Amino acid sequence: MQVKNSVWRRALRHPSFVAGGAMVLLMVLCAMLSLFWSPYPVGDIDIPNKLASPSAAHWLGTDSLGRDIGSLLWVGSQNSLLVGFIAVGIGLGVGVPLGLLASARRGWVEEVIMRAADFTFAFPALLSAIMLTAIYGPGLVVSIVAIGIFNIPVFARISRGAANSVWSRDFTAAAKAAGKGPLAITMAHVLPNIASVLIVQATTQFAIAILAEAALSYLGLGTQPPQPSWGRMLNEAQSQMFQAPMLAVYPGVAIAMAVLGLNLLGDGLRDVLDPRLARQR
Amino acid sequence: MSMAENPPHTLLQVSNLRVSLPTARGWAEALRGVSLQMERGQTVGLIGESGCGKSLTALALMGLLPERARVSGSILLQGQELVGMSEPQLCRLRGARMGMIFQEPMTALNPLHPIWKQIAEPLRLHQNMSVSESKARALELLERVQLPRARERLEAYPHQLSGGQRQRVMISIALACRPDLLIADEPTTALDVTVQKEVLALIKQLVREEGVGLLLISHDLGLMQDHVDRVMVMYGGGVVESATTPELFAHRAHPYTRGLFAARPRLGLARGTRLTTIPGSLPELMDLPAGCAFSDRCSLAVADCLKIPPQAENISLQSPLQNLPAEPHRVSCPRWSLI
Amino acid sequence: MLQGQTGLSISYDTPTGQLMAERMQVTLPLAVMAMVLTVGLALALGIYAASQQNKVGDVGVMTLSQLGLALPNFWLAILLILLFAVHLEWVSAGGFPGWSAEDGGGVWASIAALLLPAIALAAVQTAILTRVTRSAVLDTLREDFVRTARAKGLSRRQVLWGHVLRNAMIPVLTVMGLQFGNLITSAIVIENVFVLPGIGRLIFQAIANRDLVVVRDVVMLLSAMVILINFCIDVLYAWIDPRLKVGHAG
Repeated sequence: MQVKNSVWRRALRHPSFVAGGAMVLLMVLCAMLSLFWSPYPVGDIDIPNKLASPSAAHWLGTDSLGRDIGSLLWVGSQNSLLVGFIAVGIGLGVGVPLGLLASARRGWVEEVIMRAADFTFAFPALLSAIMLTAIYGPGLVVSIVAIGIFNIPVFARISRGAANSVWSRDFTAAAKAAGKGPLAITMAHVLPNIASVLIVQATTQFAIAILAEAALSYLGLGTQPPQPSWGRMLNEAQSQMFQAPMLAVYPGVAIAMAVLGLNLLGDGLRDVLDPRLARQR
Repeated sequence: MSMAENPPHTLLQVSNLRVSLPTARGWAEALRGVSLQMERGQTVGLIGESGCGKSLTALALMGLLPERARVSGSILLQGQELVGMSEPQLCRLRGARMGMIFQEPMTALNPLHPIWKQIAEPLRLHQNMSVSESKARALELLERVQLPRARERLEAYPHQLSGGQRQRVMISIALACRPDLLIADEPTTALDVTVQKEVLALIKQLVREEGVGLLLISHDLGLMQDHVDRVMVMYGGGVVESATTPELFAHRAHPYTRGLFAARPRLGLARGTRLTTIPGSLPELMDLPAGCAFSDRCSLAVADCLKIPPQAENISLQSPLQNLPAEPHRVSCPRWSLI
Repeated sequence: MLQGQTGLSISYDTPTGQLMAERMQVTLPLAVMAMVLTVGLALALGIYAASQQNKVGDVGVMTLSQLGLALPNFWLAILLILLFAVHLEWVSAGGFPGWSAEDGGGVWASIAALLLPAIALAAVQTAILTRVTRSAVLDTLREDFVRTARAKGLSRRQVLWGHVLRNAMIPVLTVMGLQFGNLITSAIVIENVFVLPGIGRLIFQAIANRDLVVVRDVVMLLSAMVILINFCIDVLYAWIDPRLKVGHAG
């Protein structure tokens, strides 16, 4: 407990952590609130009012179907968060055990897992995501799965690398000598020690997932209407570029802020967690 | 660069050199008033344990301290004041008037440059030599440091040489422009024992031949005994005792020096004899007392020792009938005679 | 396919070889322009940031790179179009006129059409590469041989150019190789934003049309390119670092 307090204090003094954390928190709060309420229901089409400029009624104006931009952005955050969580969750849930297994067993198990990971890396991620949506049809679920699949080799590599360096330390040798089995050692010793690396990587992958989903939605392969999506909003805005240029700006700002917040948070976490944990040994 | 012709200056005169470094806990005084003096052709040894400031002294002389370090005091190289000198001026002196050899030969050379290029670099920089001239001179230098198969080795890369060979290359680089002062910071510590003796002998020989002043830094008393004219013992950022080598090895005054000599393992001790150690350990820079740095480990210390910085005084440990040595034996401890 | 034969596209009814050759005329110059921009900017900014470590210049460059990393590249593309095509009307909002001067094309017109896409492609890559360059330079500055170089009397500047840069290039090259895959992916999206008839757009349309012949052949082509690029990088490594050369003098 004493450790955690000093980690917190140090974190709260770190500018990246604070700024990033605030932005991410804001996004999470928006998304959660939007489940219950938004300034305008996003389904509300109001053609007479289409492409309106910002006003007291519509703070950011309306789109080509008269929908309130602010509400669309507000609810769109759900989409981004959902993709990020699940995709990273898949990566962690499948990738980390694979990596830990590879590290604990070594030998051919490790070889097979790492070769499979390398193979997946060889195909550019977006390309394969596009192919998957072509086979299974576009949609939120398919894009989440596609992005999630590409998180698996990332986390497998990272956890195997970090676990290897923990296995080579003296205290794991001591645990082994005391008769603890590899599973017990992994759970009790390896996992807590690689946790910080995984947390930092998770924030990075979260940001990448948001960008990937935005790109897929922009191409029309991601979230389908009527669910609002920042990426798709950018696509629609592009055709209205000459009439309502600002429509192309807002969704991009939303995406950029989400990603920036996550990157800053990740940087802050890395600085705060790693040297801390290293010294606690 | 103005140098007076007459009278000839002392090669190196350091007075009250102080260096402060910024740390996470504030400014720490890493060097607390170091003074030393060296003439041409002399060899002075700096001995002390890790963290006493001997390497820092070397870096301060070369002007290679971190940018944020604060330096005060005086370093006179043949009458020229180095403290406060501008960086371009220092660059003209480094390599040309002062040369340095570092501890780790395995990492001291650029892995991507061939050997001749690394030796030629100071020659081309300070003496405006052409590529072919500098290459020829590099060959001469390699032969002088007795590197076997020198001609082939010119085109070789550092990873193709052993540690001892790399250190010979370092020596040739340091002496390339025939400097007046050579600083050797633990030049043999990282080498095999058999090679150590050869390299040190080489350094001594070259230093004698060139008439260069040598500042030899080490933690090894045996080295000092064999190779230097004068020994300065450092602790906690200051010089605690200095004397000519035979004098110091015959008589010691400062409590720390005594502890250092007593702690040497010796052949011929009976089985089970415990090795003497100096109790306690070197405190952090920030935690050193205002007075004597050794006070908390010293058997002679009293309350005043912690508060009042000790002054260096000349002493004599020999009987009044013997001739006084040409150079004074200096100790920084007011209570040394009480041992 | 492995013998070099290509199939016949279902949707275009043309040999895929011909299709790919046509499209490469757009994508290849685009990729080259983007890489030149990236490398030039990233090296310059990265070295500058390292030499100004923790001072204003460094903080500025690092902030810029954080922003660069956060921008979706297709959004940057749209913003560039907004500024330069819609607002300033310096270039058209998309499309590609063709390299030959007939049909309103020409070399300069083509380059102008590829300029904004190349910038959009280069932005994220530059952000990443700048960070890598900066940390590679800072790591190299900590090496012992840098201290030796300064002890010889070389100025900080001379040490940077003569000793640090070449050594720092090794990790930078590694990342550049890894970035190639990224470049291809980004090209798909960017070509769609600017409606450029390149390989990226070809593959996107082929996948949408279920034209698997084209998909298969393009993927093979891209894989071959990745292998080629990695090989070139290995050759570059060996050129820079003599420790990697096979066989050595006594």
